[in-house]
Amino acid sequence: MFEKIFFLLCLSTALAEQLCRPEASDGYRVRLSIKTALGDEAYVWNDNEMFLFRATLAFAMRNQISGQEFEVSNIIVCDETPRVSFWFVVTSPQNTSQLVDKESVEEAVRKSRNRINSAFLLTDKTLEFIGIPPTLAAPVNPDTPPWLIVFGLVMGAVGAGIIVLLASSVVQKKRKNDEKPDDEEIDEETRVKTVENSAASEGIYNRSFSDDERFTHM
Amino acid sequence: MKLKLPNPGLDNRIPSHGDLEKMEKEEAGDRPKWDNKAQYLLTCVGFCVGLGNVWRFPYLCQSHGGGAFMIPFLILLVLEGIPLLHLEFAIGQRLRKGSVGVWRSINPYLTGVGIASLIVSFLVGMYYNTIMAWIMWYLFNSFQNPLPWSQCPLNANRTGLVEECARSTTVDYFWYRETLNTSADIEESGGLQWWMVLALVSAWTLLYVCCIRGIETTGKAVYITSTLPYVVLTIFLIRGLTLKGSVEGIKFLFTPDVNELMNPATWLDAGAQVFYSFSLAFGGLISFSSYNSIHNNCEQDAVLISIINGCTSVYSATVIYSIIGFRATQKYDDCMGNNIFKLMNAFNYPENTITESNYDQILVQLNQTSPHIIQGLDLQTCDMQFFLSQGVEGTGLAFIVFTEAIIKMPFSPLWAVLFFIMLFCLGLSTMFGNIEGVVVPLQDLRVLPRTWPKEVFCGLTCLISFAFGLIFALRSGNYWLALFDNFAGSIPLLVIGFCEMIAVIYIYGVDRFNEDIEFMIGHKPNIFWQVTWRVVSPVIMIFILVFYFVTQVTKSLTYLVWDQEAESFPTLEPRPYPSFVYVIIFILAGVPSLAIPAFAFFKFIQKKCCKQKDYSENTVDTISAKIQMSDKIKF
Repeated sequence: MFEKIFFLLCLSTALAEQLCRPEASDGYRVRLSIKTALGDEAYVWNDNEMFLFRATLAFAMRNQISGQEFEVSNIIVCDETPRVSFWFVVTSPQNTSQLVDKESVEEAVRKSRNRINSAFLLTDKTLEFIGIPPTLAAPVNPDTPPWLIVFGLVMGAVGAGIIVLLASSVVQKKRKNDEKPDDEEIDEETRVKTVENSAASEGIYNRSFSDDERFTHM
Repeated sequence: MKLKLPNPGLDNRIPSHGDLEKMEKEEAGDRPKWDNKAQYLLTCVGFCVGLGNVWRFPYLCQSHGGGAFMIPFLILLVLEGIPLLHLEFAIGQRLRKGSVGVWRSINPYLTGVGIASLIVSFLVGMYYNTIMAWIMWYLFNSFQNPLPWSQCPLNANRTGLVEECARSTTVDYFWYRETLNTSADIEESGGLQWWMVLALVSAWTLLYVCCIRGIETTGKAVYITSTLPYVVLTIFLIRGLTLKGSVEGIKFLFTPDVNELMNPATWLDAGAQVFYSFSLAFGGLISFSSYNSIHNNCEQDAVLISIINGCTSVYSATVIYSIIGFRATQKYDDCMGNNIFKLMNAFNYPENTITESNYDQILVQLNQTSPHIIQGLDLQTCDMQFFLSQGVEGTGLAFIVFTEAIIKMPFSPLWAVLFFIMLFCLGLSTMFGNIEGVVVPLQDLRVLPRTWPKEVFCGLTCLISFAFGLIFALRSGNYWLALFDNFAGSIPLLVIGFCEMIAVIYIYGVDRFNEDIEFMIGHKPNIFWQVTWRVVSPVIMIFILVFYFVTQVTKSLTYLVWDQEAESFPTLEPRPYPSFVYVIIFILAGVPSLAIPAFAFFKFIQKKCCKQKDYSENTVDTISAKIQMSDKIKF
């Protein structure tokens, strides 16, 4: 009995090893850069962390292919390096010797990328799936470009300033014009006076003489 | 040197010392006045301290031997800058007119000098305000987080970044594509870019609101526009010094290379920088001084403003290079980080085994063991010196290098807003002087009816400059601006400056000038001024003019193009100008310079053929002819 169990175990591990080879057709390489991401708070990569990874990936596969119940044992990992990078393949829960195709795995990872990243406190850059490019976050595009708003504010202020300044100069001019007629009247009076004086010196009939003449007609 | 050219009738054209005293006491006349001395000093400082102090001087300093560049700069500042500045201040204060009025008073044949100043001020104002429009565009765009120049937009299928942006950098893309939408050639004019037109509108209207009543309004505006840059520079200095790598930048800037002093180009650049930095020959400084009281100490002002200008150049160079040092260090770290990552990934070393310190060692080891893998990795050489000396002049400094540094700093929008407000204030205060140099000569020339108020003159100037400036809002606008910058604002100014010196010292007469200064400030100018005015400064000006002219003419005229199909993309590619541009260059540089002899000739012809002018010289010298009529009594 023990021999049978032993044989089955050897067979399963041998099969698993056969299924999971680096550069196999239906697998992906994963690379983690924990120290780069977390610095001093970096955790050590050990078997427990690997277990979490397999569990997260099983979760992603379950989300992708509904109905099939992926287990941790369906995620096979091999070729671990001290870099903390390894190769993984996913076997189908119904037939453990058959691998799930590449596209489904890629889609599953893409969909749940955020959850996988957060499980490890990493980002798209520090938890890399070689061959699955991260979907780029679309840059935020507000409806009105913010610069137009600022432009509008500035132009409004400037326009108000121009109107105020022009209006005040017009008002000042009007005030000056109102004062000027008073000044001009005074000037005109003086002018008229001098004109009168010069006209007088030119020859206004001197009545006193004419009056005297009448008187002296005795 | 007792050389003096004959100048008949000078006394009739200028107010005498007695007249000036009278004007001072009565405060008669409709000439505007400064509210206080601080306004005048701030306006002159604002006019002199401009964008050139921030983005031209640091580049010159670093490329011509760092700390050693201070030597030619200071020498030429003292021998060329201060004398010319004192001359412009004194002549403006004495003759109490704008540039056209001053030269016409000295001799009617010299009106051309004033007109040349007018033309140059107009042309320079046109393109300078376009730079202001670009600064405003960036300022408007700084009020968002993340900053728009920190990300590349996605391409049409959303599978990756836009190709142009991916091949260059985000800041390059934002500048060349989203701001300028530049074409690949100066001949491809493209259409008007509506956002650029809006930015131009905002720049010109803002300038109009500040200049609307001449120094009455600009005098208030300069309290902010002249002082705010210093505040922002200090903030940036403090911030910069706390950033990693800033000291590298400052060391790079000031490391002296004494061999550069042997290079004549160093002295030429220093002389040209001193001349342009002081905004001489624009006519604006003469105008500003003419609003002073007659006994204002112009000698002190000249020395003070020169010192402030020089110190500001050095101070801003320090600030700029501290930030550049930070950026270079960031780029170097990124470059090294990339290389280290590639090595680690290829050879599966655990993290942090390769660091910057043992990188070279390990690279050599690995190169020996597996050279083919190393070659396949395409490792880049990371050179700190290269990053420090990257494109750090002109618009490239402000809109590419500095913006890149800003996005790497925490709280980027704040630093972006501060930086662009500083640039804006620096440029606006210079534009005040430009507008003064255009509006006042226009009034003096009596081209338009005198009864029109100053607001209309100012508005017309802004409107016409805006209309012509729309050329810079085309897709090829950047190339046109570089053309204007190189030719409209260089040789004509040197010619005008030289003519100014000759006119004051030899046509107006240095003896009369000395007496005027003695009347104004109480003592005769000392031997330093005499020597520099008569001999040293004109000689330096001639040297700079000749060498500048020769270098411009001998070098083949090319311009730098942003072309995606070029091999050197994203580096700018030099391309020769098409032939019609030579005509335009001649117009830009030649028309102002030739205006001086042209007007002299025109006046000569006028005198010869229209003999009616002769009677004005035979006026009887009576007392009543000399009394100034007050404006109030109008018969």
